[in-house]
Amino acid sequence: MAYKDTMSAEAISALGGAVEELLHIGKGAPRTAEIDKVTGKAVYIDEYQRPGMLHGKILYSKHAHARISSINTDKAKALPGVRAVLTGYDVPDVRVGFLGDQTLLKRDVVRQYRDEVAAVAAITPEIAEEACRLIEVEYEPLPAVFDPLEAMKPDAPLVHEVDARGRPLRSNILPLPWKLTAGDVEKAKAESAYVVKDEASTTWINQCCMGTSGCVAEFDSNNNLTFVSLTNVVFGAKGRIASYLDNIGLKRKRIRVLNPVVGGSFGTKLDTDIYEFICIQLALQTRKPVKLQFSRDEEFFALPPRQAARFTIEQGCDKDGHLTFRKCEAILDNGAYTSWGATTPSVMMLPMSSMYRVPNVLFQATCVYTNNIYSQAMRGYGNPQAAFALETSMDHLAEVAGFDPADFRMINRNQPGDVTPMECKITTCPLDRCITAVREKIDWDQKRGKGNGRGVGMASLIHVAGGARIYMSDGTGIRIKVTENGELDVISGSTDQGQGSPTVMAQIIAEATGFMPEDVNMIFGDSALGLWDAGTHASRHTFVAGNAAVRAGAQVKQQILELAVQYIPKLVKSALKKQKRKNPDFVEPELDYSLIDSPEKMDIKNRFIFPKAEPDHPYFRMEARDVVRRGLHVGTGESKHVVAEVFWDPPTQMLNAEMKGNYSCTYAFGAAGVEVEVDKETGEVKILNLVSAHDVGRAVNPILVKGQVYGAAYQGVGMGLSERVQVVEGKVVNGNFRDYKILTAKDTFPVEAVIVEDPDPAGPYGAKGIGEPGLVPTAPAIANAVYDAVGVRILDLPITPEKVLAALKAKGE
Amino acid sequence: MKQEIQFVLNGEQVFADVDPQWTLLYLLRNVFGYTGAKKGCGVGECGACTVIVDGEATNSCLYPVLEVEGRHVTTIEGVAAPDGTLHPIQQAFIENNGVQCGYCTAGMIMSAKALLDQKPDPTEEEIRTAIAGNICRCTGYVQIVESIQMAAARMKQ
Repeated sequence: MAYKDTMSAEAISALGGAVEELLHIGKGAPRTAEIDKVTGKAVYIDEYQRPGMLHGKILYSKHAHARISSINTDKAKALPGVRAVLTGYDVPDVRVGFLGDQTLLKRDVVRQYRDEVAAVAAITPEIAEEACRLIEVEYEPLPAVFDPLEAMKPDAPLVHEVDARGRPLRSNILPLPWKLTAGDVEKAKAESAYVVKDEASTTWINQCCMGTSGCVAEFDSNNNLTFVSLTNVVFGAKGRIASYLDNIGLKRKRIRVLNPVVGGSFGTKLDTDIYEFICIQLALQTRKPVKLQFSRDEEFFALPPRQAARFTIEQGCDKDGHLTFRKCEAILDNGAYTSWGATTPSVMMLPMSSMYRVPNVLFQATCVYTNNIYSQAMRGYGNPQAAFALETSMDHLAEVAGFDPADFRMINRNQPGDVTPMECKITTCPLDRCITAVREKIDWDQKRGKGNGRGVGMASLIHVAGGARIYMSDGTGIRIKVTENGELDVISGSTDQGQGSPTVMAQIIAEATGFMPEDVNMIFGDSALGLWDAGTHASRHTFVAGNAAVRAGAQVKQQILELAVQYIPKLVKSALKKQKRKNPDFVEPELDYSLIDSPEKMDIKNRFIFPKAEPDHPYFRMEARDVVRRGLHVGTGESKHVVAEVFWDPPTQMLNAEMKGNYSCTYAFGAAGVEVEVDKETGEVKILNLVSAHDVGRAVNPILVKGQVYGAAYQGVGMGLSERVQVVEGKVVNGNFRDYKILTAKDTFPVEAVIVEDPDPAGPYGAKGIGEPGLVPTAPAIANAVYDAVGVRILDLPITPEKVLAALKAKGE
Repeated sequence: MKQEIQFVLNGEQVFADVDPQWTLLYLLRNVFGYTGAKKGCGVGECGACTVIVDGEATNSCLYPVLEVEGRHVTTIEGVAAPDGTLHPIQQAFIENNGVQCGYCTAGMIMSAKALLDQKPDPTEEEIRTAIAGNICRCTGYVQIVESIQMAAARMKQ
């Protein structure tokens, strides 16, 4: 497959080599578009109301693995206010999910504690909850398996006896193709001067969106569905729901997916969850709008967390410190069903093959069914898990080979023009600047290697930053309409999860069109209005939607300038005539209309059209909206509306059968450095300083970019030190904010976000995606700092005081 | 059995017939339509429901509704000036990215306001203590703390 140059003509002209002239890009524009969030007026799913709306509630399994012997819903149905009670026997036996391995409500067998056994719709949430308590279910427990290694054994209890097509299964291992090889790992290993081998593991992490999951489903009298959903993949959700409705006999029904304001996302909105299908089914049954919203409790036990993973990683280098090979085998506890946790290896492969220059690579991942909770996406997808194994192994190898870990990373750093073993094309790559910035700001050379209870650690990252072609289209559509009042109504096919898209997109569109950011009215998250979009995931929104916006903005500008050629002379002449009528002594000026006789001779900035040769021309400098209005009201059947629509699909490749291909237009690099103090008595790790340096291409809005880095870095600290969903024999036992430890404002330490700019030719005004990277290197940097401080490598996250103490004890301290 | 209570809500004398089992949060959201305070957990752990009762930042999800009798309650809806001009804390959150998804924001601003009303010139430590009960997953708190500092500085002028 030929590599297509990612540098488009439009992108180059957008950059224009005239970076210093940018008016809105690079400015810390305020989030005025989201003012309702600070006044309490924003409408989240919590507030979303429809006339006659009912409330849904789900009854979950009481066992990790059991046969359902009976369900009695009589008492629940008799409760006043209940409008529907559904079990697996009341809904069509239709499978959903990426591997089609589950149904909405489970009929015969439950395979995990969060299995949905029954659902209720009632006039209040309280009555729905009471009705759930009145449903009587009898179970016959079955042997369960909770350890993926146990589950791989031939005599392990089978979580599923048949696959989606009803064919018998003999193993708990999923038929997923996660294997990437390049070069000859065994030969390279034999020739390496130094080799290390480690085992590392990461656990389940709850995304902890502050707004809990929820949706509202409503059918009209034609059985067309309006589905108000928190999804960040409006069209993916629509497609999954469409095939479900098709499968239950509602063929070719119209579906409109709408977003309310979303209270956090972090991966949870990527898949269409079972509760959403159940809500749709309740709405269909009752013929009423139904809302189903999770409690915090459900958010912890019934929402798939970050995929847990175990890695065996081997790396080698030559005597000069150049990496020779990397071999990694991952085992993923898939839980009882399959969501987007099972596809995290497609992203784990990126760092495993492409972080640092390494010629020989083998990566393999095995997903195994167990009776645990199943997993999905979380910020960074599989990258934080893989980076933890990889970056702790880098430190180990640096030590064995006798290199300073920062030097070792510099020796092996990626460089512009590299093509990685996964066939990713590295375009811009200021990784060296990121590592150097961290090294300086964390005072690396002074603080490292003291072994006195204080230490410093570092880790790097690579991530997709120019879209991620995981579907056949990685495109997005945008439509810009300029009104006669000079507003820009912009409909984006993508979604906003609170990351700042309304502000950043307004800046990009203002820059591209010549209007002001405050003129831009962004409309997101409506499948009926927006063109198709692959989803606001994979740090792709600013890059992909921004690129579409730059192109649509250029078209808008061109249209206005064409109208300007036609109508500015007319507007000027009629103004002069008016003056003449008012004042007969007025002498008409001699105007050189050739200054504005073609679009190329004019430009628009800050709402004004002007001739380039004379920007302050007293007659030709004119508000763009006056020209737009004139063009819209011509009076001769030739009126024109300024509107542009662009669907942009980045010039990237799907991964091929060997899992190789340039699936992003560009890649983001970065490094984190952490200084820690470890209390040898208590095992407690205290962060003294955190520096996170990131290659952002260009910061469209430096304040918002920093916000992404800070927020992600804090999530990374949680991953490193405190966060874990504790699952005991399949059951979540710490599902609340007392027992599940996320950082509060009191967990404070100095944190610095270093923004490294190296404008990417493919990015909108040079920007790369930066939503996820801040999280990725944080946890391994902490682990490496702990080793520097007290000489123990904790390779099982989170690094709790108990683990530190146990490791110190094993070391004899 | 419902009981009538009377209290001051965002500066206005109000009456309501309440079920004694309700919380203040339920009353605000379901009777008065003030939905800025959120039920993020319902058990006083996340702070998304924070309102100000008689000058103190309070988890309204735990606050028994009958206790409201005769008190002054301020919600996020009562923070901006009547003409819509934002309070300096709200303005700073907008300018300095103190808000991302916004779900915690109302509670966060109420905690900050309760602090600044009592202590116009707080230290960073005092700010962090004041918002320690308000969990935010988006920001890492950095720009929230900065926003509150920015607001405090502007309010002094």
